[in-house]
Parts: sequence; C-alpha cells; structure tokens
Amino acid sequence: MVVEWLVVVLLLAGTFFMVVAGIGIVRMPDVYLRMSCTSKAATLGSGCLLAAYALQVGDAGIAVRALATAAFLLLTAPVAAHMIGRAAYRLGVPLWAGSCCDELKGAYSPSGDFLQSRRVDETPGPRSSLDRR
Amino acid sequence: MISSVALWIVLPALSIAVLLAVVRLFLGPSFPDQVVALDLITTIGVGIVTAAALAWEQTALFDVATVLALVSFLATVAFARYVERGIRLWSSNG
Repeated sequence: MVVEWLVVVLLLAGTFFMVVAGIGIVRMPDVYLRMSCTSKAATLGSGCLLAAYALQVGDAGIAVRALATAAFLLLTAPVAAHMIGRAAYRLGVPLWAGSCCDELKGAYSPSGDFLQSRRVDETPGPRSSLDRR
Repeated sequence: MISSVALWIVLPALSIAVLLAVVRLFLGPSFPDQVVALDLITTIGVGIVTAAALAWEQTALFDVATVLALVSFLATVAFARYVERGIRLWSSNG
C-alpha cells in the first residue's frame, strides 16, 4: 500500500517535471536557457518515472534494468547538452539580450578548435602548445 | 490505481509536453534549437513508453524505453557533431 502511494507520487512528480521542461523550451528566450531547462528537468522527470516503474514491477531483473536506464540518462544528458551548447556557441547563436555576461567571448582560438583560459588575440602571435594538437 | 493514474494523468500530460516541444521544433530560430527540441522529445518519449508499460502492464514495452534512451544520446551527439563541423564532415582530416 505504501509502495503504491510512493509509485503514484513518483509518477506525478515525473510528469510535473516533464511538463515544466516542455513549458520551459517554449517560454525561454535563448537556446542556452532552453537547454538548461530541458537537460535538467526532463532528465529528472524521466528518472522519476523510471524509479516508479522499478518500484511497481515485480521482476527484479526489469527493476535493475529500469534503474540502469535512469543512470544512463543521468550520465549522458549533461554530455549531450554540453555538445549542443558548444556547437551553438561556435555557430554564433546569439545570447539573450538580458544575459549578464559572456565569459567565453574571445576564449576560443581563431580556428575555433581550442579553448583557452586567457584571451586569444585575433592577430596570429606566438601560438601556445595547445594550438598544435 | 497505478495503471489508471498512468493512463489518465501521466500519458495526457506527457503528450502535452511533447506538443510544446514540437512547437519549439517548428518555431526554433536556429538549428541547435531544433536539436534541443528533438532531444527533449526523445527524453519525454522514454517517459511515455515507461508510463505505457505501467498503464497496460506490459513489461515487454519497457525494452523500448531502454533502447530509446540509448539511441537518443547517439542521435544528439551526431547532430551536435554535424552542426559543429558539418562542412568538414567528409574531408580527410575532419
């Protein structure tokens, strides 16, 4: 009985977070903010739903598989979000006008392949060891 | 109770979330917006298949959720890779 209520609460929580992710991807003004909405809220929502399934199903093997799927989502969602964000930044997708600052501005080398903590001048100067790959 | 909650609350709400993501997929001003929307659709799809497995009590449906979670990561990484260096994708030193 307690497990049943816990499953219902997990289902409703996962649904809530997924709907929040859906609202966020429509309402947010910027691709980076949209990505922060979807990668966090949707991962938490699907994690809640998978945990509910693992609690509800009687089979231990399927429960372990559900938890492994949730763990895989938790591992891969940040990687995917980081790759899309870097691709968007290097494509030059503009930030929202209300963003406070762009700390990556000028940190990429002119070829766009390397990221440095110091600012890279547009004029070719002494190239660092990072730039040789 | 669980299967009726999954059928009458979870599945309609997740369908609305997918519809919102499809709105962004069509509106999205840039290509990364559309990739983010597709990523969200597949992540919600994992939840939809899980809720369907609960609603109709079919454990065989859950395999679809696992495979969808595995494939969506590959699709997102491939899209990001294509966006980032699409021109050089087929060159020899790409």
